[in-house]
Amino acid sequence: MPARIEPLAITAASATSALGRGLAAHLDALRNGRSGLAPNDFSSAPLDCRIGRVAGVEDAPLPAPFARWECRNNRLAWLGLEQDGVRAAAARAVERYGATRVALVLGTSTASIGATEAAYRRLDHGHFPDDLRRPEIHTPHSLVAFVAAATGIGGPALTISTACSSSAKAFASAERLIRLGLVDAALVGGVDTLCDSVLFGFHSLALVSRTGCRPFDLGRDGISIGEAAAFALLERVDAAPTAPRLAGYGESSDAWHMSTPQPDGRGALAALDAALARAGIHIDAVDYINLHGTATVKNDEVEAKLLPRFPARARASATKGFTGHTLGAAGALEAVLALLAIEHGFVPPSLGCARPMPEAAAWLALQPEVRRIEVALSNSFGFGGNNTCLVFTRGEPA
Amino acid sequence: MNTLPALRIAGVGAWLQGAPDWPSLRSVLLGERGLADTAPVKPAANILPAAERRRAPDGVRLAAEVAAQAVAMSGLDAATLPCIFASTHGELAITDYVCETLAHAPLELSPTKFHNSVLNAPAGYWTIATGCTRASSAITAHHRSFAAGLLEAAVFACAEATPVLLAYCDVASTGPLAEMTRTTLAFGMALVLAPDAAAGARLTLALDAAPAAAPGPAGLALARAAGDNPANAQALLLLAALAATRSTRQALSLSSGSSLEMEITP
Repeated sequence: MPARIEPLAITAASATSALGRGLAAHLDALRNGRSGLAPNDFSSAPLDCRIGRVAGVEDAPLPAPFARWECRNNRLAWLGLEQDGVRAAAARAVERYGATRVALVLGTSTASIGATEAAYRRLDHGHFPDDLRRPEIHTPHSLVAFVAAATGIGGPALTISTACSSSAKAFASAERLIRLGLVDAALVGGVDTLCDSVLFGFHSLALVSRTGCRPFDLGRDGISIGEAAAFALLERVDAAPTAPRLAGYGESSDAWHMSTPQPDGRGALAALDAALARAGIHIDAVDYINLHGTATVKNDEVEAKLLPRFPARARASATKGFTGHTLGAAGALEAVLALLAIEHGFVPPSLGCARPMPEAAAWLALQPEVRRIEVALSNSFGFGGNNTCLVFTRGEPA
Repeated sequence: MNTLPALRIAGVGAWLQGAPDWPSLRSVLLGERGLADTAPVKPAANILPAAERRRAPDGVRLAAEVAAQAVAMSGLDAATLPCIFASTHGELAITDYVCETLAHAPLELSPTKFHNSVLNAPAGYWTIATGCTRASSAITAHHRSFAAGLLEAAVFACAEATPVLLAYCDVASTGPLAEMTRTTLAFGMALVLAPDAAAGARLTLALDAAPAAAPGPAGLALARAAGDNPANAQALLLLAALAATRSTRQALSLSSGSSLEMEITP
């Protein structure tokens, strides 16, 4: 088991998703059980399903100095940075520690592939159209290169792309950089946007629900795809003792199959055990688990096998019925939702789950619940059997 | 603290058409021989089970080949090694296929090609083939992808006190996307980095708060030889230093404001 780590303070955080822009919009939707899923109106030939689309991205071009990064994914990144003072907090960290002492680690599964798809739809005699002849957006690093430019962060700048665990792993990479003293702060997060690759790709795998995802419901029949931008600024605890904390994380591989989870949940359990060991927290102290809960038959079946390890009083929910599965952004988005649960003392419901799987029912919150949360976990599992579990705790009393 | 503790380079793997392993690429880098012109076009990737190898896209075969070479040289068990897979572009041929198919017949998209399109496909195939249940990751940083992967692997090895496998690979671009991605050959290399004091080549990394100097004529020639792919050139710079007989220092561009200084003692 890994050794215990020093926790890190989360000195700024925000999320933008189908629930709206910023923390207040998310808090309101989660407390009131309001889903952001809506009929699919994305792409030239929309599939019959529901999606979690962020309103207004089309009407929010990047500021002129960043025009070369223009694409849907970077627009969403910019919208996300502008909420809850994230960009200002990053600027303060750059000011305080120096630009090269701040790292940028973001997760994304598809980055700006939507722009590459658009170029292929509009090829001009086999060549990309003029407005899309920009190599910086036809790379999976497009997001990080743009956010580095937009924030002035000058330290290590890294894209993690491990499918649906991408932005959860960003927290782990950043912690190691800070622990070794290479940087003093890190902006972490994830951004993924709707694009044909994921809509038709998950459709080809027969993993998309037509009527909307129902995590941990007996009748669940697949995912709803969403988009999101979520960020968190990590610093050492002495910089902000009362701020909520990243207490631990665990990473593992299933070594099983490219697109289905290891059936007895060993991989997920290894990530959970490592996360609690790094945090130095016993499983009995866990108050809330934000489950990966994609609402595929397999994911939820395997993830439910973890629940009996938690104390009977622990509460669990999957929030993809609110936002859809935001893929590479899901880890960071759900980390931010877990932080909201700690800060505001409530458990978000598993929206969309009406008939809970009996083996999960004892832990699942189906309605919003008011309760003090000291320790919250967030699970993220990706294609290729890539698992991450994050542990968040409350800071010192103010 | 800007400097990481020294790491032992416990294993090296490499594949370039005409130099399908580290000993042959080392000879090429030392000018002892040229690239073999009757070489196989694809890496053997025998570590993948036959069925997986047939399904695996080129980048996965390349990554599996160089990773297996490095792990074999290290004498360590692949199942016990956390692994970092880095690439500038990922599976370019699959990206071309996916975009082309989506433009004309989106409902015909192949599910296998879709799950092979993720940047962590090599990590997935590798961990499945070797039974590795440790952390695995997939890293990219455009033209600095090798430097980013090297830093990630070294930081993991130092922070967690464990040997780590790093595999860096890019395949040649194809289709209309090639004008934007410009990489003309398949190249891969892998390292096993161990935080121990055993005898062997050593690597010391430091973060420098200054951008790396623009490459000189030798560096530009290396980049051309590396298929016009700057991250390939970064990886070859490390391998050339490792092939040399005395200790050398090189700086790799890491981000717009910082560079990764490496000192290599063969």
